[in-house]
Amino acid sequence: MRISRRILAGLATASLAVTATSCGGGGTSGSFDDTVTVGILHSLSGTMAISESTLVDTEKMAIEEINAAGGVTVGGKSYKIEYIVEDGASDWPTFAEKSKKLIDQDGVPVVFGGWTSASRKAMLPVYESKDAFLYYPIQYEAQECSNNIFYTGATPNQQSEPATDFMYKRSPAAGGDFFLVGSDYVFPRTSNTITKAQVKQLGGKVVGEDYLPLGNTEVAPIISKIKKALPEGGIIINTLNGDQNVAFFKQIQDAGITPSSGYYVMNYSIAEEEISTIGPEFLEGHYGAWNYMMSIDTPASKKFAKSFKKRWGSDRVVADPQESAYNMVYLWKQAVEDAGTFDDNAVREALVGQTFDAPQGPVEVMPNHHLSQTVRIGQINAEGGFTILEETGVVLPQAWNQKHPSSKGFACDWTDPSKGEKYKL
Amino acid sequence: MELLLDSLFNGVAIGSVLLVAALGLAIVFGLMGVINLAHGELMMLGAYTTYVTQLIFKLPILKPFYNSYIIVSIFLAFIVSGVVGIILEKTIIRKLYGSPLETLLATWGVSLILQQFVRSVPLAYGTGLVISLIIGLFLPTTFPSKIKESINFKYFKFSSWIFAALTGVLTGSVISSTVSKLSRASARNVDVTAPSWMRGQVEIIGTAFPKTRLMIIVITLISVIAITLFLNQSSWGMRIRAVTQNRQMSDCLGISTEKVDIITFGIGSGLAGVAGVAVSLLGSVGPNVGGNYIVGCFMVVVLGGVGNLLGTVLASFGIGIMTDLIGAGRLLSIWPDMPLPLSNTINFFATTSMARVMIFALIVIFLQFKPTGLFPQKGRMVEN
Repeated sequence: MRISRRILAGLATASLAVTATSCGGGGTSGSFDDTVTVGILHSLSGTMAISESTLVDTEKMAIEEINAAGGVTVGGKSYKIEYIVEDGASDWPTFAEKSKKLIDQDGVPVVFGGWTSASRKAMLPVYESKDAFLYYPIQYEAQECSNNIFYTGATPNQQSEPATDFMYKRSPAAGGDFFLVGSDYVFPRTSNTITKAQVKQLGGKVVGEDYLPLGNTEVAPIISKIKKALPEGGIIINTLNGDQNVAFFKQIQDAGITPSSGYYVMNYSIAEEEISTIGPEFLEGHYGAWNYMMSIDTPASKKFAKSFKKRWGSDRVVADPQESAYNMVYLWKQAVEDAGTFDDNAVREALVGQTFDAPQGPVEVMPNHHLSQTVRIGQINAEGGFTILEETGVVLPQAWNQKHPSSKGFACDWTDPSKGEKYKL
Repeated sequence: MELLLDSLFNGVAIGSVLLVAALGLAIVFGLMGVINLAHGELMMLGAYTTYVTQLIFKLPILKPFYNSYIIVSIFLAFIVSGVVGIILEKTIIRKLYGSPLETLLATWGVSLILQQFVRSVPLAYGTGLVISLIIGLFLPTTFPSKIKESINFKYFKFSSWIFAALTGVLTGSVISSTVSKLSRASARNVDVTAPSWMRGQVEIIGTAFPKTRLMIIVITLISVIAITLFLNQSSWGMRIRAVTQNRQMSDCLGISTEKVDIITFGIGSGLAGVAGVAVSLLGSVGPNVGGNYIVGCFMVVVLGGVGNLLGTVLASFGIGIMTDLIGAGRLLSIWPDMPLPLSNTINFFATTSMARVMIFALIVIFLQFKPTGLFPQKGRMVEN
């Protein structure tokens, strides 16, 4: 075991991978019969590079692990996975362009990629027209169900809905009024539409809502609105993006909007990585909701965090998006092995129903191309991690949200040709 | 009363961020007529200077003075951004006076270079480079005039640049080996944490105000007063005003317009650095931090009337107060039982995004009636 870990750490070259197979027990004798090249497409430059490069690191690690364990076995032949990394440059048309390049020129059977909803929306027509396959690892607003995209992040009913429920029923601010804050783009607006419908069902009240244009860090008007709407404290649902969170938390703390004075913020976009950037001293006592948290105390979770630190440095952290990225590589491998081919359609069919013991616990691919996942609510602690307060059982994904007025009563099922993308329940 | 005070304070707080950011531009764009799109990046350098100063003040030797790092960084940021501005003027902008389109493109290029520079060069070596630039620029001016006038002065100048480069490399390596956070290049945003005496709130007449906001207001006030005194009372200020009003005439009367240009641009850039310190207290520090402010800065300067400091001051406070009035829906709390259609309209605009739209619309309408801003410029720029 010790040897294989050490090898894992330095696993870039093929020769090392070959030695490792004997430890990994993949059943191959020495070398691989062939190679298969997959595509990795995230932003390595521009605003999103900070977040997306962690996914590239995780996907590389997963591929190296699979290779060390003998690669992918298809039709009795063992394949070593190789990858081509392309830079989406935080520019959505570039994502579409690079996707075309990976599919047409490099002929990859699968692309792991994307982060923002905007990049996914830009790539979607490319994959649909070429009938290629994209694996997308981020928690998102749902309201989409493509036959050519496989979504391993959470849908709103696997993140925001349990979180809203927790805040209204069991948090220290239970029964309080809600204020919704977000960046001004599709995810926060969709997510808040769902939250508003849910709060109404629960019998609560949303007393205010505001969106900050991307790039704007002046939150003074929002603060005075929060103070006016929630004079005695209450629940704040935060869907701000990236560094706007830094401005928001610095300034609300200075303005006295803190857990100790009765204001509790539930965050949907702040994971371990972001906590360390913003600084735990500004976030302590607030909440987050994710499928995976680094503090999950299971062997699978610890092993994931440990191998990541070993591979990329001890100061690195793992968070929910990385876990989703890790899972999708393994799920693809399993589906390919079950299908016995790299061909898209056969893999797509084999993919539904695949299960995997992920770091968060067992996950399963559902007929709507999303994953069933566990939801966790955590409170941010002084060490920059989450103290897990609640854990749901496995929650099934809803590609079409049942609380959003435009998609209520619809679902998606790609295993049944008569149902497809959007059918009435 | 409390409501009014709160609203006024918020307006002034938002306005002072705009003002401190636009002050440098009011000088560079207003007095010199240079469209400097790299102004935001000079702010960014100031913000990074604050971050580096903060980390250096965490070293054991300087730890006792940690609480005062923010004051020190104001001066350092002024010098760093000022020097970078001077280099920019000497190498690029000087060659482009009188051709605004080319200046616009060139400075935009510079802004991209500066952004990429902080992304891909470790901050320790960036600091080293800035230190060597400062030494290289200022060391030759300290030589006695006898050496300065000798024909061999260029060799002295050359050797002082070599000395500067060596010092820069040395300080760069010392910093990178002592402060590990500065030794690696990173595109990740960093964070300036205000010292403890600046966190939390302070109560004035029964209303609580965040201390960081008060600090920004103080920084802004001091900058405005200092720059006004400099322009109106000092002899260099007089020369700057003279060159602004009539360059050829000032040149004929023996004012070194070249030197005036350098000083004006240096001061304008230095003020951008000070603005960088202020904005680093509000949000995170990253390569794009200045870019978020540049449009606002130009808006303030144009609205105030190009070339007029008082106009800039009034315009930024005006925009600040309007932002707060519209964005926070204040009118509703001042007049709670207004007719429904009106209150619905106000509610519609009472979000940050819509408030921005509204402010821009109001400015566009205002400029229809007064295209030269609140206080139109008289003098050279008008004659040309």
